[in-house]
Amino acid sequence: MTVQAKNPALPKSKIVENLGRNWYKFSRNPMSIIGLCTVLLVLLLAVFAPLVAPYPQHAGKFVDFANASRPPCKEYLFGTDVIGRDILSRIFFGFRFSLAMGVVVLSLVVPPGVTLGLIAGYNQGTWIETVIMRITDIFVSVPSLILALAITSVLTPNLTNSMIAVSLMWWPWYTRLVYGLGTTLRNEFFVSAAEAIGASKVHIIFREILPNCFSPIFTKMSLDMAWVILIGSTLSFAGLGVQPPRPGLGTMVAGGRIYLPEQWWISVFPALAIVVVVLGFNLLGDGLRDMFAAEEV
Amino acid sequence: MGFITFLVRRILHSIFVLLGLSIVIFIISRIMPGNPARMAVGPRAPQYVIDEMSRLMHLHEPLHVQYYYWLRDALHGDFGTSLVTRRAVADDMKEFFPATLELTLFAGVIMAGGGIFIGILSAQHKDKWIDNVLRLVSYLGVVTPSFIFAIFFLLLFGMALEWMPTMSRLSPGVSPPRTITGLITVDSLLAGNLTAFLDALWHLILPGIALAMGGLAQESRITRSSMSDNLTKDYIASARSLGIPERVIMRRFLLKPSLIPTVSILGLDFAGTMANAFLVEFIFNWPGSSSYGYSAMLRKDLNAIAGVVLTMGVVFIVVNVLVDIVVGLLDPRIRLAPQRGE
Repeated sequence: MTVQAKNPALPKSKIVENLGRNWYKFSRNPMSIIGLCTVLLVLLLAVFAPLVAPYPQHAGKFVDFANASRPPCKEYLFGTDVIGRDILSRIFFGFRFSLAMGVVVLSLVVPPGVTLGLIAGYNQGTWIETVIMRITDIFVSVPSLILALAITSVLTPNLTNSMIAVSLMWWPWYTRLVYGLGTTLRNEFFVSAAEAIGASKVHIIFREILPNCFSPIFTKMSLDMAWVILIGSTLSFAGLGVQPPRPGLGTMVAGGRIYLPEQWWISVFPALAIVVVVLGFNLLGDGLRDMFAAEEV
Repeated sequence: MGFITFLVRRILHSIFVLLGLSIVIFIISRIMPGNPARMAVGPRAPQYVIDEMSRLMHLHEPLHVQYYYWLRDALHGDFGTSLVTRRAVADDMKEFFPATLELTLFAGVIMAGGGIFIGILSAQHKDKWIDNVLRLVSYLGVVTPSFIFAIFFLLLFGMALEWMPTMSRLSPGVSPPRTITGLITVDSLLAGNLTAFLDALWHLILPGIALAMGGLAQESRITRSSMSDNLTKDYIASARSLGIPERVIMRRFLLKPSLIPTVSILGLDFAGTMANAFLVEFIFNWPGSSSYGYSAMLRKDLNAIAGVVLTMGVVFIVVNVLVDIVVGLLDPRIRLAPQRGE
């Protein structure tokens, strides 16, 4: 357990009570609940895709010309693509790639981004702060999508490299967020007190300052799941992310583009699926933000 | 005086950021697996051509020396030859960039104008049905990637209803005006050619709105929240108590401070527009530098990629300096802050 300065070690019953209170604050807004349900549904569909998809074998290389390009009907709720694969099943598997993109990118980005932000914030006014923050300036100076596209295209275009490229573009935002928090926190009394009793820098940064940054970081992470998934699907659409025959949502939209408008369902349903996932994480993130904001009042 | 210092600092900072960006782009163009010289001349080139190219690209020198030569050429507008078009990248950019500029500027105008208008409408009718509908639509606008808007618009207005053109900048029958600025709408107006102007504008609408949607939604949300925040402030209450009409309060007292957050995020949203132009141009067959850059990326055309990304970076940084100036003019706290620090 980390000892929080504003919130010293609580007995177990208090923690449960806190959780209950937070849940109450979160659940007052119906939109947050819709977001949470959407995210849980997408998560379950992705994890159990082989069990819940009507045609799990359609996720990869599969050809059934007898049922090619069928419009939405009873057997194929969202229709089939030009080689007869069920769109609905492929969307369920597509969720896996989208979620993987979000989780991998965030776990690559948050630890270094937060650490650099803490270091820069704690060493405010020294050359360390200048170096770190000026480097973040460079990375946020050009649209992250453009550099991510450029990096992925120069490496071999595939899911792994698109994750690496997006991660390279994303860490400065966490550095900036935590830096902003850290510069104010480092002047708080509990930090001065820890310095006075001779606590090490590592202790002050990670045990005193970091725990007080958790709620904004978590809020940003849940909102960023939405943006990373969005950028991931954009990269896949551009042909630089998930490669066919694997069913990335963006890849599927791109694949159906040339069959518009006659076979509209090939592109439209995966496109709507992207919107649903991004919307879900966004609503959830907004709900969390409101919850944490209410906590501070 | 404070404002001048602020401006000079801001511009020096931009130059530093551009240098950093050039290093990043240089590294990207060198981390590529394989021999850059072979990539530049193509896979079937004989060995002596590759050797000649390596010498021209200074590949035998250490990296920082290579960077020096690369930067020197880039500063002279020389990004080398495109692998795909076999022309100088700078010439390609001159040809394609105006189309992108026209599209993104058009999207930017829709984004700022529409976003502020919708935001004000929302704030004025806060918590009534208009506000709720607009908020829902804005939310959808924020979460939908612009390539999906592009596809939906193309499908709905271009293909199903057949109202709008779905590709290129002008209809086949319309002759383009003489190139002056490269922006067809501006050129046709300068030439007094109204047919071409209307046709060009007509072609801009679908891709322009598709590009603007995300930013428009963002701007309207921010305008709404900052306006409704400011509405509860004391100075508005005192203005009301003095009997100043609501319309005057809105325009004279409320709008200016409420637009500060909107304008300051405009730069970021414009960046989003430029990035998304890569795919929207591709979807609408728009002959701009973004779709040029996109096809360069698909073919690993390094010189073209570097040229496009660096140009976009320059435009983005210039736009952000402009945005900072506007924010500084709107907000005396920012304008005067550096002075106070000294």
